Amino acid sequence: MNLLTSMGALPLLGALLIALLPAANSKLIKQAAFAVSLLVAGVGFAAAFGFDKSVTEFQYVERFAWIPALGINYQLGVDGISLILILLSVILVPIVILAGWNESENGRFSVKTFYVLILILETMMIGVFAATDVFLFYVFFEAMLIPVYFLIGGYGSGERQAAAVKFLLYSLFGGLLMLASIIGLFVISGNQIGRTMDIEALSTLQIDATTQNFLFLGFFIAFAIKAPLWPMHTWLPDAAKSATPGTSVLLLGVLDKVGTFGMIRYCIELFPDASRTFTPLIIVLSVISILYGAFLAIGQKDIKGLIAFTSISHFGFITLGIFAMTSQGHSGATLYMLNHGFSTAALFLVAGWMISRRGSSTIAEFGGLQRVTPIMAWSFFIAGMSSLALPGLSSFVSEFLVLVGTYTRYPVAAVIATFGIILAALYILIPVQKALHGPTTPGNENLPDLNKREIAAIAPVIAVIIFLGFYPKPALDIINPAAIDTISRAGFSDPAPVVGGNK
Amino acid sequence: MIFNSPALEYGALAPLLVIFGAAVIAVIVEAFVSAKLRPALQLAISLGAVILSFAQVLRLRGTQSATAAVNSVVVDGPVLFMQGTILVLAFFAFLLLADTDAFAAQASAIPGSSEERTALQTGKIQTEIYPLTLFAVGGMMLFPAANDLITLFVALEVLSLPLYLMAGLSRRRRLLSQEAALKYFLLGAYSSAFFLFGAAFLYGYAGDVSLNAIRDAVSGGSNNEAFLLIGMISLSVGLLFKVGAAPFHSWTPDVYQGAPTPVTAFMAAATKVAAFGAMLRIFYVALGGAVWSWKPMLTAVAILTMVVGSVIAIAQRDVKRMLAYSSVAHAGFLLTGVLALSQEGLEASLFYLATYGFSTLGAFALVTLVRDSSGEVTDLNRWVGLAKRSPGVALLFTTFLLSFAGIPLTAGFIGKFTIFTAAYDSGNIAVVVAGVLSSAIAAFFYIRVIVMMFFTDAQDDTVSVTIPSLYTNLTIWIAAIATVVLGVFPTPVLDAIASLAVFVR
Repeated sequence: MNLLTSMGALPLLGALLIALLPAANSKLIKQAAFAVSLLVAGVGFAAAFGFDKSVTEFQYVERFAWIPALGINYQLGVDGISLILILLSVILVPIVILAGWNESENGRFSVKTFYVLILILETMMIGVFAATDVFLFYVFFEAMLIPVYFLIGGYGSGERQAAAVKFLLYSLFGGLLMLASIIGLFVISGNQIGRTMDIEALSTLQIDATTQNFLFLGFFIAFAIKAPLWPMHTWLPDAAKSATPGTSVLLLGVLDKVGTFGMIRYCIELFPDASRTFTPLIIVLSVISILYGAFLAIGQKDIKGLIAFTSISHFGFITLGIFAMTSQGHSGATLYMLNHGFSTAALFLVAGWMISRRGSSTIAEFGGLQRVTPIMAWSFFIAGMSSLALPGLSSFVSEFLVLVGTYTRYPVAAVIATFGIILAALYILIPVQKALHGPTTPGNENLPDLNKREIAAIAPVIAVIIFLGFYPKPALDIINPAAIDTISRAGFSDPAPVVGGNK
Repeated sequence: MIFNSPALEYGALAPLLVIFGAAVIAVIVEAFVSAKLRPALQLAISLGAVILSFAQVLRLRGTQSATAAVNSVVVDGPVLFMQGTILVLAFFAFLLLADTDAFAAQASAIPGSSEERTALQTGKIQTEIYPLTLFAVGGMMLFPAANDLITLFVALEVLSLPLYLMAGLSRRRRLLSQEAALKYFLLGAYSSAFFLFGAAFLYGYAGDVSLNAIRDAVSGGSNNEAFLLIGMISLSVGLLFKVGAAPFHSWTPDVYQGAPTPVTAFMAAATKVAAFGAMLRIFYVALGGAVWSWKPMLTAVAILTMVVGSVIAIAQRDVKRMLAYSSVAHAGFLLTGVLALSQEGLEASLFYLATYGFSTLGAFALVTLVRDSSGEVTDLNRWVGLAKRSPGVALLFTTFLLSFAGIPLTAGFIGKFTIFTAAYDSGNIAVVVAGVLSSAIAAFFYIRVIVMMFFTDAQDDTVSVTIPSLYTNLTIWIAAIATVVLGVFPTPVLDAIASLAVFVR
């Protein structure tokens, strides 16, 4: 069986297995879920090692007729961009399971249901990145919402139901707009080349400008809600505040990447002309997102809300990199997706531990954790530094690439976006100072430091952050060919550097 | 003067004859067989007739074009598919009818009277629901097959009259049920009048009642256009009433709510197939040439129906009323298939009708299970926390709701995808956009029910889920399996439709 299908089917089989285990034995269930996710991660690494970096076509391709009457195929394949995102997903799932060992205990539903949902979600995440048939992609895109909805609404805290519904309705609304565009594409393909949903075939269609603009918007709004881009972001802080830390990691780390991934794979590849038309608007929205997210992050009193708004700022950078339409911008944006996944995971996981120890998510309630719980404090510090893109940590490389890539085409936007970096220093350093340094807040003196399981969960994330900060080449080697290919196929070329001669 | 007896092609009419014959036998059984034996016997007759008739449909599936009874009935692919769908839905509807104590012991007894009590206590329960349903099924099967306006009208009345009665047969909350029946009857009679009025004008226009003659007259184009327009509008009013399209939908919530739930299930699922079947035939076969006259009107009606159904459903607090408005919204989606006026539109509509029928049947079957001491509980506020007590029921109901909402991997999604594709292909992009947006609105109230069942704690313990009997269980599970399987592997059904669905002209 093909590698991608096996990777996608494994978690689903694991979910079935767990459903058959006795509900009372929650330890066994957790161990089984962890084992399954490790196995999937192993398959993911195998796929990464077997990936031929010199080829820009889709690899591990497989294709079966699914609904022949409609020309729809079950069709999978990965290029560098989707491979990186699949790797991110399969690495984060075991970490999330390990880190949030106990977060399924106080839910509305059973422990068993929690892990079944997580594993189903993993299948959907792999599928959504691996699908090369637009219909199949849409199926994963929409079906993915259901496990997340139950994960937020069933296991979260606070206004979890309202947050879950808001998340679902926003996403469904975007998804339905995208459905209209997909139907449009489908019909146009029928008139030109025979009905198909194959992404490569669809990118050869000749679509007139007006139609292309409307179809583009259908896709783009769906992805901008998902990513999320200002002003379609309002569901994210609520969802992130209510979900369990583990769910938040998957939500911000992976699911939101479907939005930015979709912009590259679908918006730009299918509608290059419309992308060109809308680029100025999207650049403006991205810059607003960067600054707006940063300003609101500074004002946050809730630690989860803080991380959510920093993500909105970071997604602004990613979209900026994508729509700068330069190969550096694209490489940077894709690398940013990976790095943001890890740094957000680190932030959310450590924040989750802090919150569960302190019983409060207000930043002001913490203080002087450095002295009481040094390992936890250092982990938070490194994650925070990665979030503000300190040189030597992974996010720096990607943020730099995005800004360089943007500057060559949109210097003004790049310069304004740079302010986002300064604000990032503020929104990270203020909570770091409040929560970690200074005198220990009364009541915090006896907080326990991270235990072995938690260290085992956070260590790989921090290792990746530091490793990719110093040596991003392995990731960039996979990403670059795909990024350059996307740009050139969409008909863009990098602006020639202006060489100033000596006088 | 010499009268020749008309040649009836009994073979082609067999599916109909079986059902009508069984209906007559069921009436006799009702009159002469003792009350004790009647329920089982009636059920056996009904199910037997449905199976036999279905076998006849299967036998006929090769003959893709035939007319029978002096050209008044046509047997072609779409008709056979719709008749088959109606029969399958009827089969499960009979199981639901048989299973519950939903019906008045004596429909003629005044609510609350001593006769009613005696009838209940002595167990002298009438079973006239079976012959009535059989007649309705026969009418429904004839409706899409009718090839002239007179047969069409007869079929309309044969299917409607039993339904008016059936809506009033509820054992509990009888006054509400009778009110619903009366409302349905009065409005139905009114719309029948419109239908007849339209038929008369079309006759005046074409000089003939047969659909083919009307088509020829339309393409000839030399007759009085005013007659055509008036006839078309009035006929449409009658049909739109039956499918529950806005602004002729106002009976739907009251009747769906008041009627006994098994009857609602049957009515919602099967009537829609029959009425849309007839509508497709009329607009595709007879009036296809005048598309530019009716398309703007029907587009407006379709958009209005989708929006009205979706928006008003949000405000509903009763599960049956909510499903009623949802059926209004679905009528709007189905109208986009009629509007497409293409082979593709026809195929998509047939698929949509079949999947919608199953999901509807399943959803109403589940409604019969949620009860308190005085009968079914349809108040949504009392459904809260249902998932805690009976996760199975909540999960199955969620499946049907997700299918109504058109979430991928359910049959509803494939239906929506194909029907909107057909609409887009016909250039009617406004309808697609309206459909997509009202789907987004509709998603809200489906999700609200899911939230109520899963995420809210129950405040009242009087509501319980009865353990379903074998019959109801079978219906629910078959409906759920059909909903999921047709969502994941729709190919066999799509292929079957594609190989069948050409209207005989």
